[in-house]
Amino acid sequence: MSDVLTIRGLTVDYPVRSGLLTSRKHRAVTDVDLTISAGQTVALVGESGSGKTSVARAIVGLAPISAGSIALSDQLLDRRGSRRLRQIRRTVQMVFQQPGGSLDPRMSVADTLEEPLHYLMHLNSRAIRARVSELLGLVGLGQQHLTRRPRELSGGQRQRVAIARAIAISPSLVICDEPTSSLDVSVQAQIINLLSRLQQELHLAYLFISHDLGVVRQIADVTAVMHLGRIVETGPTERVLDAPRDDYTRALLSAVPSIEREASAMTDTAKSISAGE
Amino acid sequence: MAVMLDARGLRVEVGPAHARRDVVRDVSVLLYRGEIVALVGETGSGKTMTALSLLRLLPQGARGEAKTLRLGDVDIAALSEADMGHIRGSRISMIFQDPLAALNPVRTVGFQIVEPLRAHRRMKAGDTKKRAAALLAQVGIPDPAYNAKRYPHELSGGMRQRVLIAAALACDPEILLADEPTTALDVTIQAQILRLIRAETERRGLAVLLVTHDLAVASTIADRIQVMYGGTIVERGKTRDVLREPNHPYTKGLLDSVPTVRRKLTPLRAIPGSPEGVAAIRQGCRFAPRCAYAIDRCVVEEPPLVEVAPDHESRCWVFAPPKGGT
Repeated sequence: MSDVLTIRGLTVDYPVRSGLLTSRKHRAVTDVDLTISAGQTVALVGESGSGKTSVARAIVGLAPISAGSIALSDQLLDRRGSRRLRQIRRTVQMVFQQPGGSLDPRMSVADTLEEPLHYLMHLNSRAIRARVSELLGLVGLGQQHLTRRPRELSGGQRQRVAIARAIAISPSLVICDEPTSSLDVSVQAQIINLLSRLQQELHLAYLFISHDLGVVRQIADVTAVMHLGRIVETGPTERVLDAPRDDYTRALLSAVPSIEREASAMTDTAKSISAGE
Repeated sequence: MAVMLDARGLRVEVGPAHARRDVVRDVSVLLYRGEIVALVGETGSGKTMTALSLLRLLPQGARGEAKTLRLGDVDIAALSEADMGHIRGSRISMIFQDPLAALNPVRTVGFQIVEPLRAHRRMKAGDTKKRAAALLAQVGIPDPAYNAKRYPHELSGGMRQRVLIAAALACDPEILLADEPTTALDVTIQAQILRLIRAETERRGLAVLLVTHDLAVASTIADRIQVMYGGTIVERGKTRDVLREPNHPYTKGLLDSVPTVRRKLTPLRAIPGSPEGVAAIRQGCRFAPRCAYAIDRCVVEEPPLVEVAPDHESRCWVFAPPKGGT
């Protein structure tokens, strides 16, 4: 299987202004290695501040990289510059947590989906129309939605539009940053099923960023657990969730509320994490 | 067990006079001493409106009424606004989802948690300082004397929620309303906060109404669960009974949709449609358009809550038909 993403030794530092003339650096990601093969889903899990979103931002050129390398389909990315952004946009697309915020409120669904086809694929208008209606079908929306604006859609429908926009240019990798956390549970299940189906039909690779281990169990082939900027454990999802090797992974798993569990069963491991607060 | 809060026939209406619609219908909430009741629902279920109506804190434009609304021997519905102000924060307290928004950014947390004591108990400034540190210690904040002098932005999300809980408990209330208290927190912190709420409930003999969208959270700390959909309660009972033997198709669908960390269930059995459109439905069972079992009657007539097992009720023509027919 070919790799669509190879990250080696990635380190991300954000500048923090501390005084008038002095500046410090805040290290968000330290020495991260990550590989995603075609058609595979890799989940990056961790709590807030663990660095999982910074990894995603570094891949799409939105975070400063101070060390390490990122290669898309064996093509090493330039550290900076507009060439790099063009490289990225053709192969990597993102789906964000809040479809309300990531969609332009003034653009209709048709405009939103046509934009990448026009600017990145340079299709003519007939080809664009055909592709847009194909995309709507893929994400379970209909022609009647074309003229709607984001505020006229439900949260689930908005996320379907965001997914359609992401897959419009047939990317090899889609980065999903908490794509279901703002949705109702009953709708979340629909979106997870949709992402799974699209992956099979289109042979997409996903980098799936989530704090919800239940969602990760359903969708990820490989799970990497991040804590304080480092990956503390990586492995097949079943193995990581059923037989975690790292202490932090174990603590995280024991804190997840589960419906099968009774009130008294909250474990001591979860209690002991309070030191980290 | 002593009933601390008895609310029946709650109804909340919103909208202009010519287009009023009810967002809460025929809801009752009974809170017993030392017990946590979870109000579980998705967008538009009316769970937050229900909680706010208990405090008579509905947003502008919303109108609430109740057949019964009693706190112990006090008829809350009949109180003047001034008397209601004395009840809030002293006998009934509330905590919210976003602790940063609920705290004043320019006051120290120590100042804020004793505000209820100054307002309701007329405590003097000298005495409140000690009390603030004691309250912070009770909710598990390390070095309370130091942390009392800090500002909300200097604390982590979990610490802020502990501060809010400390403020809510300052006057020894009988009732705590908690609206999604852990939704903004990481799971490890969530587990700590839930444990704190459970411990304080038992230690103080509080009665807690926990409003949440998360069935798993409800299942870990609630004694009883009331599932809401489209403004009314569709199922309620002891936590164990509702989760092990759900009766209502919505409860079943919700349980099936929750991805569990224990095992892979792909594809998830999702409920079709979205709860967001529910406000447009004016008659019949509000869940009917998304329900696989709906019959003709469901669309025209809303079913009553019917006991399906001891202490377990459901609102469904198909699975909980009224006894003796109608």
